[in-house]
Amino acid sequence: MKAITRAIRPEQLREITLALLIVVVVLFFSSQIQGYFSGRTFNRVTTSVAIIAVVAVGQTLVVLTRNIDLSVGSIVGFSAYFVGTQLANDNTISPFFAVALAIGLGAVMGAINGALVAYGRVPAIIVTLGTLAIYRTILVDMSGAKTVVVDALPQWLKDLPRTNLVQIGDLDIRLMFALAILVVVLFQLMLVYLRFGRRLYAIGSNPEAARNAGLPTQRIVFSAFVLCGALAGLAGFMFLARFGTITVVAGQGMELQSVAAVVVGGVNIFGGSGSMIGAFLGATLIDLLEQSLIRWLRVSEFWRDALLGLLILLAVASDAIILNRLRRAWAQDSLTADSQPAK
Amino acid sequence: MSPLPSLLRRWEALLLAILLVVVLFNVTRSPFYLRIDNLINLFELSIEKIIVVLVMTFIIINGEIDLSVASVMGLAACVVARLHADGVAMPLAVLVALLVGLACGAFNGFWIAYVGLPSLAVTLAGLIGYRGAARILLEDKSIGNFPEWFNVLGQQPLIGPFPFAILLFFGMLIAAVIILQRTTFGRYVYVIGNNKEVARYSGIQVRQVKMRLFMASGLIAALAGVLLAARLGAVRGNTAEGFELDIITMVLLGGVSIFGGSGTLTGVALSILIILNLRNGMSLANITGNTQTGVIGALLILSVLVPNLVSQARGLRSRVRPASSPLAQPSQEVEMS
Repeated sequence: MKAITRAIRPEQLREITLALLIVVVVLFFSSQIQGYFSGRTFNRVTTSVAIIAVVAVGQTLVVLTRNIDLSVGSIVGFSAYFVGTQLANDNTISPFFAVALAIGLGAVMGAINGALVAYGRVPAIIVTLGTLAIYRTILVDMSGAKTVVVDALPQWLKDLPRTNLVQIGDLDIRLMFALAILVVVLFQLMLVYLRFGRRLYAIGSNPEAARNAGLPTQRIVFSAFVLCGALAGLAGFMFLARFGTITVVAGQGMELQSVAAVVVGGVNIFGGSGSMIGAFLGATLIDLLEQSLIRWLRVSEFWRDALLGLLILLAVASDAIILNRLRRAWAQDSLTADSQPAK
Repeated sequence: MSPLPSLLRRWEALLLAILLVVVLFNVTRSPFYLRIDNLINLFELSIEKIIVVLVMTFIIINGEIDLSVASVMGLAACVVARLHADGVAMPLAVLVALLVGLACGAFNGFWIAYVGLPSLAVTLAGLIGYRGAARILLEDKSIGNFPEWFNVLGQQPLIGPFPFAILLFFGMLIAAVIILQRTTFGRYVYVIGNNKEVARYSGIQVRQVKMRLFMASGLIAALAGVLLAARLGAVRGNTAEGFELDIITMVLLGGVSIFGGSGTLTGVALSILIILNLRNGMSLANITGNTQTGVIGALLILSVLVPNLVSQARGLRSRVRPASSPLAQPSQEVEMS
């Protein structure tokens, strides 16, 4: 027992559970659906996970600081539409510039959120509830309810979602999925090794204490929102690449999806604990279930949401009931382990 | 003495001023504005939402949030429609829908009050789950053809020019004011919102109060869903989708703190009037629904930002706790009692 408690932390237990759950889900559906265990399923799920995972990474940054960003869905839609329009008008825009434009646009919208929350001292839920509506309104008014169509987009963008980085047997590791993994890993490393990352936890655990300890809390919270917006902008670009056809409702509902992924992934909604890996696994589990249920003929697709709701509840409840107890056992265990040499 | 009452009074004065500006603007812009049918129409178009706003006020003052209300509304409407289509008598169908709403509320309340999970997470699950249940019931069908009396209840004037739902709303408003400002229960709602721990140690049944609030929220949301079905005359799986944001916006604009413990129904009533008038005025001026939502979003942010900036400029304490804590513990500068 002690060997186990020393090897893994309770937080990691959550990630291990999620990974196991994902395996169970895959095994279950592969016994139910003909041809489920194939490259096609993998590609379908990874393509769709890629987008929501990037948004969830941004959401995690904000949630770690005990805030929330409900405007990400509107930012995704806005940048997808804006960049899509630019590319449709001028096919010669370089890929690099298009991506930079999407990220920059998202960062600006995130900076507005961040400034209002950190410096304007308006609660995040109020700010982002407001900007959720405002960003969407600007998009609808700007576009005149016109749609970006696939045909007008440059060829490299149309090819992007099918572009492979590597191919292992039937499984394609697509460029967009690799990009999402890269984002997850980079931000996870940042959380663990960079001062900025540790400070996010410090603020989320106790904002008062963090401020009293002399941390520049306003600047850090502001940065978290800017990064969240930038990542939502990047996700907007990926959304554009994946769907091609962008209407003014693009990305709607992604704010709740990302919060759901974060919560299932074990990021504490009251800040201070959680990881990017957890958020990524949460996003994967949700998306895997969604995609699989669509193809499972025994239940109608209308069951999807009901099961998803139940899953979120189970995730949060298990965290509160089981993990808290384990954490206590862990803490006690390490106490006795530490005190022994002293005797 | 706590500085809170005077601040609140100033807050409501500000809302009243905004309301007057909006009304004056409307009066000068359109000759139709002051007609009684326009004023009734103004309420009727959002009546289901503002019925739920009343109970949401209690929940937010209590320091919690209920994101699932719109899904409960949709589910109740779908239950009525499905049972009606299956040949169940309408009054019974309505009763079942209300019970379903009550059960949803009890389900939320159980996890929040007795297991101690955050209401944001539980009701987010509810938002998705109950909507799923509604979709399962109707799939992609749209069900209408309700009995004549049911449609009349939602669409026709009942007494004088007033439809049933509007009369009901004003009745509920009076009841809500009495419960919140004049009863022990209402006092408990504030005390728990201020500081749950202190409330528990002073012998208040925190769990029971929270449980009752969420059950009331489910029941009233279901009632609003049934009224919505009656007014629309047909129900789909996505009925009332997205209403939760409007409802929460109205409560917060009314000066109810998202951290719980402070806010009044007077403020919320003023905020309801402001939003309804704003929407009505913009509709009369041919501004689309989407832009209206954007304007209200901006108003929501400004309503908290401007007082903050003013008090910062004057070196006063701000109305809201300092940065980076939307879900934080209630502030200690609010006095108990």
